[in-house]
Formats: sequence, structure tokens, C-alpha cells
Amino acid sequence: MSITLDSKIPEGPLADKWSNYIASQKLVNPANKRKFKIIVVGTGLAGASAAATLGELGYNVEAFTFHDSPRRAHSIAAQGGINAAKNYQGDGDSVHRLFYDTVKGGDFRAREANVHRLAEVSVNIIDQMVAQGVPFAREYGGLLANRSFGGAQVSRTFYARGQTGQQLLIGAYQQMARQVGLGNVKLWNRVEMVDVVNIDGRCAGIVTRDLLTGELQSHAAHAVILATGGYGNAFYLSTNAMACNVTAAWRAHRRGAAFANPCYTQIHPTCIPQADDFQSKLTLMSESLRNDGRIWVPKNPDETRPAAQVPEEERDYYLERIYPSFGNLAPRDVSSRAAKRAVDAGQGVGPLKNGVYLDFADAIGRLGEDTIRERYGNLFDMYERITGESPYETPMRIYPASHYTMGGLWVDYELQTTIPGLFCAGEANFSDHGANRLGASALMQGLSDGYFVLPYTIAPYLSQWLNKDIPDASHEAFRAAEAEAAGRFQSYLDVGGTRSPDHFHRELGKIIWDYCGMDRNKAGLEKAMSEIPALHEEFKKDVKVTGDAASVTQTLEKVARVDDFFELGMLMCKDALTREESCGGHFRSEYQTEEGEALRDDENFAHVTAWEWSGDMANPIEHREQLEYEVVQFQTRSYK
Amino acid sequence: MSNMLTNITLKIWRQAGPDSPGRFESHVIEQISDEASFLEMLDILNERLIESGQEAVVFDHDCREGICGTCSLMIDGQAHGPQKGTATCQLHMRTFKSGDVITIEPWRAQAFPIIKDLMVDRAPFDRIVEAGGFITAATGGAPDANLIPVPKPVADASMDAAACIGCGACVAACPNGAANLFTGAKLAHLNLLPQGQAERYSRAEAMVETMDEHFGSCTNHGECEAACPKEISIDVIALMNSDYLKSKFKNRKSLSRT
Repeated sequence: MSITLDSKIPEGPLADKWSNYIASQKLVNPANKRKFKIIVVGTGLAGASAAATLGELGYNVEAFTFHDSPRRAHSIAAQGGINAAKNYQGDGDSVHRLFYDTVKGGDFRAREANVHRLAEVSVNIIDQMVAQGVPFAREYGGLLANRSFGGAQVSRTFYARGQTGQQLLIGAYQQMARQVGLGNVKLWNRVEMVDVVNIDGRCAGIVTRDLLTGELQSHAAHAVILATGGYGNAFYLSTNAMACNVTAAWRAHRRGAAFANPCYTQIHPTCIPQADDFQSKLTLMSESLRNDGRIWVPKNPDETRPAAQVPEEERDYYLERIYPSFGNLAPRDVSSRAAKRAVDAGQGVGPLKNGVYLDFADAIGRLGEDTIRERYGNLFDMYERITGESPYETPMRIYPASHYTMGGLWVDYELQTTIPGLFCAGEANFSDHGANRLGASALMQGLSDGYFVLPYTIAPYLSQWLNKDIPDASHEAFRAAEAEAAGRFQSYLDVGGTRSPDHFHRELGKIIWDYCGMDRNKAGLEKAMSEIPALHEEFKKDVKVTGDAASVTQTLEKVARVDDFFELGMLMCKDALTREESCGGHFRSEYQTEEGEALRDDENFAHVTAWEWSGDMANPIEHREQLEYEVVQFQTRSYK
Repeated sequence: MSNMLTNITLKIWRQAGPDSPGRFESHVIEQISDEASFLEMLDILNERLIESGQEAVVFDHDCREGICGTCSLMIDGQAHGPQKGTATCQLHMRTFKSGDVITIEPWRAQAFPIIKDLMVDRAPFDRIVEAGGFITAATGGAPDANLIPVPKPVADASMDAAACIGCGACVAACPNGAANLFTGAKLAHLNLLPQGQAERYSRAEAMVETMDEHFGSCTNHGECEAACPKEISIDVIALMNSDYLKSKFKNRKSLSRT
């Protein structure tokens, strides 16, 4: 399948593109919708909202989740909030401002038309979620409350305590559950997608593995939507849930879907620092804490006193010092690198000197402990459970960690990948955040894609298949894909090596973190690209999987996901090496200003890099989509 | 600073499949940091098992932040273990001491059959939600979000109930295997909000009756509230009972306008 990148951006002025698109797109009439079968893989915000809405519209939907219930998807762990350009605070917000902040926050590497659409539908999302019963925070008069997030100078973030993702996901899950109850959506639990099947140049369906029985099964459909999340677990340690993986997107990539900007990974500044080698994951402390917490390190690297005893003049509130206008709410990439510089300079705090303080003493003094408990109580409790320290008494210790991935499957304006009939939504696609995502924008994008974009943009593709026969699951291409998957799973069991899949995942993650993490350079990336294939070879010879392929074997699920992370890790490094500039979450130490800020090269790199699988993980084929800016002018991104 | 615990004995329930007999298997953890989470200790055990050619212990877990509700272990006879208001994944070894013998079992409830080892099937929770745990509001037609003010105490009470993570600890802790705390929480979340009023009584009737098809009956032991990792108040059960009773009048056509 040869790849051409046609972004299909509609004609017209930027602010009219989406309404023009809706007004002129092809429709499927209500009586015909039930003739179309749509598969949705993944039931997080994007997947659940897409399945619910497509089911409501009358399509014949099948939704797949590898969890025991759709409500477990990792969207549930998002804490801080969701942005929307409601301007309820009267503080100067608008659709244009949200659009502009998002493009700027993404360091001018996102597609203008997509971002504008996102900002436009952001207001509908809040209306929709309130109507569905999401208990957002309220003021005493009963109106919705807002707070601020990084990279914005307005308060446009809606929230439900520190559990906004949970409440939004439950909202979307309930809407999908309603459709399941009505029989419009068929739900497959504990079933994992293991391959995409293409027939005659279009996506014809998927192959799945039942995690309880190991059974491989084919499912044919008119269209397939992947809403399978990001690949942050490539780093092994991340804030992602344990099961988060790249397999669905990667298998689609191997079948012809281009993978865009894999080097754009977000390292979140406020996570609890690693405590020990056996640690299985890192825990995020919401960015919303930076509304009231002040970040500092001792000026003296040899400081040994407890935080409270370090006098004010011996503290370096480095974000407030370097970025006075945004202060502690500087965007994530900027804040993360500043924390790394402080720790690298030896000013880190905690037993391993691997964190910085996030201090609430001033806020507690100003607002009282009750107000702080009201705002962040559950986060403080979580911190205390993990570390054994109370943030009401001593400052939190935080450090950056892998959190979100802006890169993902390349999609056009209709969220269609380079495989016709295969769509991709939410974190799994690359579409809206450019090189860095602003806080509270992931929930917005997931719900935007699922509720308000895909239900429109999938219709033109479907309409061309009305009353035409499509291959069913008995087609030989499905048989072949099933056989290939069966062989692959058996091969892991047959290796009979000595080390667990987790051992290799940990080693791989360390390479990717060291050379393709917060700070990258040519020599390091080249080193990683020689170490990853060597480790992959060792993995193929020495991995040990116990259990069998015909019952629940979590080790077998894991080994297949780790295998795909190896190939993805190579592509991340290749992409980082190819992008000879610094932008957003991609920081190449060769390309920085004198002050250590990211130095973009708009002349040569104002494009999306979309990679095509060549069959050899060391040599993918590069394609480019030039980013055309009609409204936004390139600027050096400054938060000073 | 971390301290080392030594000589922890784990008695873990192993069961090959739903219809296989189960048994306890003992493993000794010679040394573990008190900074480790309970599940990290199981990770370490599993790596050891795999590398010595044995099958890893199957257990459900995912976010490890206490929010997804996937983890589900009965630890020393207590759902989610000894620490109040804490899901298994947030439990840390500093709660235990050297030499402890820790018994680890799956949720035990008729409605949650064991799949393998410590993993159970909690699908009946989804059936309860599918029966009515939603507000019918198709995408696209919603009015402005600030059109209907929701008093803060109402939004807060709804949120207290909506904090339920659907883990099933309430069912596992209940001597009757009842799901009243879960169903009550789902109902209180929606029935307290102005947006949830239109379907309030049809929702109550449908969810309670679906619950009754799968789960045991509540006899007010209160174990559910004590086990809930989100500390959801048993008051939600009172609200559910009240709404269910009213539904028997409200849902009769001739009385529906009273």
C-alpha cells in the first residue's frame, strides 16, 4: 500500500472550515445507518463516546475492550480537568484564544484546522457532559467553577475534584452502556485486538484474542476506529496504567497506517519521584496543584535541612524567577526541563536527590487548610499513601515522568489513517497537540473526537459502501491473519529463555528514557538505535513465558506488547534523530538558545513526519506533511 | 527513608479455572522494602515464578493509582486489606511488619465467579448500569451547561457518590454478597442531580431489579461502607431504598402525576 498524505483540510477561512465541512459532507440516511457495521477498539473517552454516539445514530456498533469493564480505561486516571472556551469567568477567553493557546502550546507543530475545530467543539463537550450528569465542581450559586492550567492566562478548566477523568469516563461509559442495553452496541470485554486486516486496499476488520480463552477471532466491518491510547509505557516507568500499550496502533502501522511524530512525547513535570528499582509505575500529581503550590529547590546543592527550615532567601523558586508571567503555571515541557536542570545541578531534594519541592505552605497560610483540602484533598491523600509524608506538613517532592504521547497514527481532517476505512481517535492519533499538549486538553480531545468529530467524518467514507458487498470474516485474508497471530503467540511460549518479559521491558525503557527522554542528542540517539536491536535479539532468544495460550496468561499478553514496544522505540529514536530542531516535548540539546530554551527551525521542520513501515524496523520510510499556517504567525514560544 | 521487611509469608489462592478446585500456595518473600506497594511485591514474586519456570499468579490490576477499580484482593480476610479508604494498589508494605503471614484471596461472592487465581468476573456491575445507570441525553442536543444551576451541596453529594470505582469490595465484604452500596452509589450520583430527575424512578426500579437478579440481599451489616476504598457512605442505600419504594407508585401510569 503506497502512502500519500492528503490532509483533506476543507476550503474557506479557518473559523468556517468545520461548519462548511458539516454543511457539505455526505450523509448516511437514518434507515441506512443500521446496514453499516463499525468496530470501535478501546473504550476510553474517545472510544466510549464514539461508540455511544454512533450507536445513538443507528449504526451497528461493536466495541472492544481488553479490560473487564469499559469503565477501567486509563482516561479514568486523568485528574485535573478539561478545557473549554466557555468564557464563564469573563476573563477574556474565546474559541480563538483556546485555539491560539493550543497551537502555541504545541510549539507550532499542530495542524491549524484541526486545532480550531477542537476549540470550537470544546463548548459543546461541557454542555453534553453536564446534561449526562457529570458532577462538575460548582460555585455556591450553582454555576460551574473553573480553574487555571499551565500555558493559559485564563481560567477555562472545568473539573470534578481531582477526578475529572473518572467522572468524564463514567459519563461516556454510561452513555455507551445505555446503547449496550438497547442492543445498538455489542460489547466485547477482555478481548484484545491483535491485528488489522486489509482487503482490496481498505480496512476490512480486525483479529482479536480472547484474554480468557486465548481464542483468536476475526471481525469484519465497514469501518474500524482505533481509540487505543498512547504509548508512554515505552519508557517502562510512566504515569500510564500497567496495561497501556501500543499494540493496536502498531499492528495497524505494520499493515500500512503511517505513524506520525513518534518523538513527541510529553514528560509531565509533577509526578512522585521514583523511590526504588522495583518500582512498577510512577504516579502523577495533577498539574492543577501548580495553581496553589510553589516549586522550589534549595540554592545550595549541599542543603540537608528539612524544607521548612530552609530560609526564604536560600530557596530558588526557579519557575517564578525565570518565567515571571506564567510562574508556576509554565507549560509542561518548559517546567519539566527546568526541574531536570535543577536536579542535574545537584539541587534535587529527597533521599535520592531526585525531586524538587512543590510547596503549599504559602497557600495554606493564605487560604487555610480547609480550602486546600477541598481543592486537592484526594491528591494529598494519595501522595501520603505512596510516600508516607503529609503534604499539609511538608512540601511534596515531584519530578518529571512520561505521561502522554502527542505522536500517534497519522490521520487526516476526518481522522482517517492512511488505510481507507481505518480511523483513529484520542491519544492514539497525532492530530491536535503538535509537539506538546497543554494540561486539560487530552480529555477535551478524546471527547471531541468521539462525540463531535467522528460521527460526522465517518459518514462520507461509509456512504460509498451503501448496498455494496464487503468481505465477511470467513475471507482468506482473515484466516491468514489469525494463523499469523497464532504463530506469533506460540513463538513466545516456545522461546524457553531465562528472563521475564518485564525484565526486557525495564531494560528497553531505560534505553529509551536515557537517550530519547527529556533531553536528546545525535550521539545518544544513535547509541540507542544500536542498543535497541541488540536487546531485541536477546529478547527473542532469552525471554521466558510460562503458562499456556488457551487460558488467562497475563505473561503472554505482556510479552506481545513488549515486542511491539521494541519496534516503536526504534521509530521514536529515528524520528527524534531526523527532527534536527527542538520543539515542545522534543528537546535536542544541540538545538537550544543561549538560555537553554527549545530552538525551533521553522524553515526546515514545520512539518509532520509520518513514517511508513518498510518491514525493517531500522529503516522506515519517511513522508512529510507540510504545516501551512493561515492565521497564526510563527513566534518564539515565550512564557517569560 | 526506606526500611527492609524480612521473611514475609504469602498464602496465595491458586485456582486454574472457574470449575477447578482451588488451594493455597505459600511463598516466602525474604526481603522487601517498606516503600514497595503490595502489588509491586506480587510483581517481584511473579518475576521469580516466571524465571523459575512456574506460572505467574493471575491478578487484576491496572492504574495503580486507586482510581480504575480493577484491583480486587482479599487480604487477610479484608477487601483491599487493612488500610481504611485504600484500594489494594495503593496499599504499601509499610502497613505490614517483618515475619507477617499474609493471606491473599480473590473476591468471594456468588455473583463474581473466579476466572483464575485471584481474578474474578464482575460483569453483573455492567448489567446494572446498562439497565438504567445513565441520563438519556443523546449527543448534540444539550442546552448550555450553566442553564440549570446545581447548588454546590447537591453537586458535592452527587460527586461523593460518583466517586465509586466499581471495584466490588462492597460485594466481597458483604456476608450476603449484596451490591447495594454500588447500586446505591450509582443511583445517588444521578438521582441527586437536577439533570437526573426525569428518569429518577424508572432508573431506580430498573437498576434495583437488575441488581436483585444477580446479587444477594442487604441486611444492613454495614461491612460495605467499611471496606469501600472511596469511603462511600451507606446513606446511598437509604436513598436507593426510598427511591425504589416511591418508584412502585410513581411508575404506575395512573399515579405517575402524583
